[in-house]
Amino acid sequence: MTALAGLLAQILNGIQYGLLLFLISSGLTLIFGVMGVINLAHGSLFMIGAYLAYVIASVTGSLWLALPAAILGGVLFGALLERGLFRRFRAREHLDQVLLTFALILLFEEARAALLDNQFHSVPVPAILDFSVPVIGGFAYSAYRLAVLVICLGVAGLMVLFVERTKIGSAIRAAAEKPEMVDLLGIDAGRIHTLVFAAGTALAMLAGALAAPLQSVYPGMGDGFLILSFIVVVIGGLGSIAGAFWSALLIGLIDTLGKAYVPQAAGIAVCALMAVVLLWRPTGLFSRA
Amino acid sequence: MRPLSRRFMLAGSAAALATPAIAQGAPLKVGLMLPFSGTFAALGENIAAAFELCLQENGGKFGGRAVTLVRLDDESDPAKAPANVNRLLGRDNVDALVGTVHSGVVMALVQAAREKEVPLFIPNAGNVAATRDLCSPSVFRSSFSNWQPAYGMGKALAARGVKKAAWVTWDYAAGRESAEGFRDGLKSGGAELTQILTLPFPETNFQPILAQLPGLGVDAVGSFFAGGGAIQFVKDYAAAGLRDKLPLCGSGFLTEGVLKPQGAAAEGIQTALHYGDGLDNPKNKSFREAFQKMTNRSADVYAVQGYDAGQMLAVGLAGTKGDATAIKALGAAIRAARIDSPRGAFTLSASHNPIQTIWLREARNGENRVIGAAAEALADPGTGCKMA
Amino acid sequence: MTLTGARGNLMLALGALAVASMPLWATPYHMQLASTALIAAMFALSLQVLVGGVGLVSLAHAGFYGLGAYSVYLLGLPKLGLSVAVTLPAAILLSGGAALAIGALALRTKGFFFLMATLAFGQMLFFLFHDTPLGGGADGVFIQRPPIGITLSRGNRPTVLLLVNLGTLTAMYAALWWLMRTLFGRALLGIKANEHRMAAMGHDVQGLKLAAFTVAGALAGVAGHMAALTDAFVSPELLGWHRSAEALLMVLLGGIGALHGPILGAFALTLVQEAGQMLTERQRLVEGGVILAAVLLLRHGLAGGRGR
Repeated sequence: MTALAGLLAQILNGIQYGLLLFLISSGLTLIFGVMGVINLAHGSLFMIGAYLAYVIASVTGSLWLALPAAILGGVLFGALLERGLFRRFRAREHLDQVLLTFALILLFEEARAALLDNQFHSVPVPAILDFSVPVIGGFAYSAYRLAVLVICLGVAGLMVLFVERTKIGSAIRAAAEKPEMVDLLGIDAGRIHTLVFAAGTALAMLAGALAAPLQSVYPGMGDGFLILSFIVVVIGGLGSIAGAFWSALLIGLIDTLGKAYVPQAAGIAVCALMAVVLLWRPTGLFSRA
Repeated sequence: MRPLSRRFMLAGSAAALATPAIAQGAPLKVGLMLPFSGTFAALGENIAAAFELCLQENGGKFGGRAVTLVRLDDESDPAKAPANVNRLLGRDNVDALVGTVHSGVVMALVQAAREKEVPLFIPNAGNVAATRDLCSPSVFRSSFSNWQPAYGMGKALAARGVKKAAWVTWDYAAGRESAEGFRDGLKSGGAELTQILTLPFPETNFQPILAQLPGLGVDAVGSFFAGGGAIQFVKDYAAAGLRDKLPLCGSGFLTEGVLKPQGAAAEGIQTALHYGDGLDNPKNKSFREAFQKMTNRSADVYAVQGYDAGQMLAVGLAGTKGDATAIKALGAAIRAARIDSPRGAFTLSASHNPIQTIWLREARNGENRVIGAAAEALADPGTGCKMA
Repeated sequence: MTLTGARGNLMLALGALAVASMPLWATPYHMQLASTALIAAMFALSLQVLVGGVGLVSLAHAGFYGLGAYSVYLLGLPKLGLSVAVTLPAAILLSGGAALAIGALALRTKGFFFLMATLAFGQMLFFLFHDTPLGGGADGVFIQRPPIGITLSRGNRPTVLLLVNLGTLTAMYAALWWLMRTLFGRALLGIKANEHRMAAMGHDVQGLKLAAFTVAGALAGVAGHMAALTDAFVSPELLGWHRSAEALLMVLLGGIGALHGPILGAFALTLVQEAGQMLTERQRLVEGGVILAAVLLLRHGLAGGRGR
């Protein structure tokens, strides 16, 4: 019985991890799909969100303020990055885009080191969620983790509603699926790009802020998530929100179960899954191509 | 107190006149290869400051010879380690090496010390290999082997009646070696290590491991984590509701320097280490006061290790009248000495690792209070060490 | 990409002579530094086959470099004690084989997908050495240098290694110079210029790309092998994607328009990093600044000619 309870607890962990991964990769897939820009610094945006949460939580004592701050800050920062930098690099070759965003990673890390320090910092869980809910088999689940799960699901639902039901949403979908259609439809591509980049940045920073109490903040904390979110995008298919959602859940579960039962193979298992998908459907599971 | 320049010199006073033993009278250059940036920067700064304190207390001279220090930031990056060691030895021409914290980077130092016969003093990194199969007449350690604190913890648990225990750690050398120490310590008291759970370094998603613990059927859980990983692990352990069911203990680094952020989640956790709060000996008292005065920071275990690296070099050079190339005589002098350390006096084993008391500590009100000795005069087995 | 002409080759020959004469005038430390630059040059040159040759940007390249390095560790274990006559071909086979397998999968995709796929596969190789005991663990391990025919001592080591690395780079450059002049090389350049036209002309574009990916991977293995031989130390960091990006930087810095560009890029980056290291502890600032300068200002590289 304990083995089964353990497995259920692991599945819950996997879903929670996968949902966090979805927040990061949904922005990434839209930015790729709509703008055609590769952004290796996406993991750094996650790191920036987490450090923002750490700073706000230690100054004001409340993590709740950090969540809207991460969203607002992300929108502003994203718009700024798009207008100031990425817009100019859309027409550049991949080599330039890769190196430019690699330089951003280095500079963001250096800025973090200069503004704060290089220490690990733990971020306290908000007081009202600082308790544990007994789940199964003697294992308790922290209320904050459950809250993160609910918030992520809520954000995912809002995104689907926005993309599927609103006019701007359908313009974004059109841009992601058939970029050549945008001009024909008379949509202002520049504004769509700024919007998408801002939203993607905000989502990554929100994910970072939510994750801060779960995994502490530390230098290079975005690296692991960057690779995983790239894999999510490859498996899910470029520009597909639904694809990002399901493949993020899949990767979250495989990564978590792998770490629990075959710890040395977890990193490789995820990549092997991607290899299989590439063999079977080179454009991802959810692409319409 | 971070110097502006990467390299700074601490000049000894008018050395040339006072040291007839060294004909040319040139000062001895000691290379401090330590992390001054990155996650371990605070550790590197404390080690360097305490080493400098030891030098100051000796009037800027070791063995009658003036000493200058050359700092090099190793960034805790093993890939850059061979190049960094070359910088100190080839470019800066240092006569002795002190370093480092990261157990991958220290291997480059050990390699150089063996190949080039330059004395090396390891002020933290606990890889057992450095004083086991890779031991060398020119390699000395002032800190600990990963095996030692975990052995003490295992022994203390067995003495308390624990029969079965599990060990949780990162999957890297320090984690594996501490697991072996824990196993041997438990075995010494008739108890058993039944499970080792690992996750890749420096992952902090502990949930997959925590969910397995209740089903293991053990009486206690021991662990080796340090820094941010230790903070998160102790907090997640408490949040998973495991604290009252399965007592958590560990190698001392689990609660070292991180008690404040761990808060209530750490209260009552027992750990074993070669240093702790409230150690009552005169040397500790004077050292802590002097370190506080010099740096405005409290001394910690890393400072103690840096200070003792200085004491060991001083004793060795006193035996060779300041000649760092006379490795044999240097080693003989250090092995013959009793190092009067703030942790309690210790001697060096034949494989050049401290024979020291591992203290049992309990986390209370933000302090790791020493509550007794977990293992007295404990020596690392030194398996496979053949001194040339 | 243009092939280096007589003037460029003369310049390279002069540079090689300068490096070869270092034992007469340079300190052991500077010879070791030159070895580092020579190895970086091999690594970047192998990547040029992809970037300048066929127009592919891969982030898995450090994986093949690291495989080459680790093959020295795996085959050089004391109980085997094999010489470079075994370890070098083994490194080529291992890295080339891995590149063939990964290339076969990754080349099913194009554009961004190719970049992401190579990033993920490169990290898979990284995890293989970082998370499993196969390569001696996450901290890295010291290796016994395989016998190279000359007994190394404390005194001659920097000199011998410098000359061995210089010889290897020279051989690699000569081989590539020849290869890019063959029909195969011309076809690669054709794909870079216009893939569809080459396909319409009946060329097996996928096969040619895969061949280029394999050759590049095998040569990266040579570079990694020489790194392991020189440093006598390997760690999983050798395989990380940051190192792949660094190789791309060397290619861009030197110029993707000329075969010898990466050699200039590697020496330039090594010098800048060494100078930066003496000035500041903020290494990332130096490297980030170099990239920005290369991407924004120096778009044609030190060797000039981007081919567009």
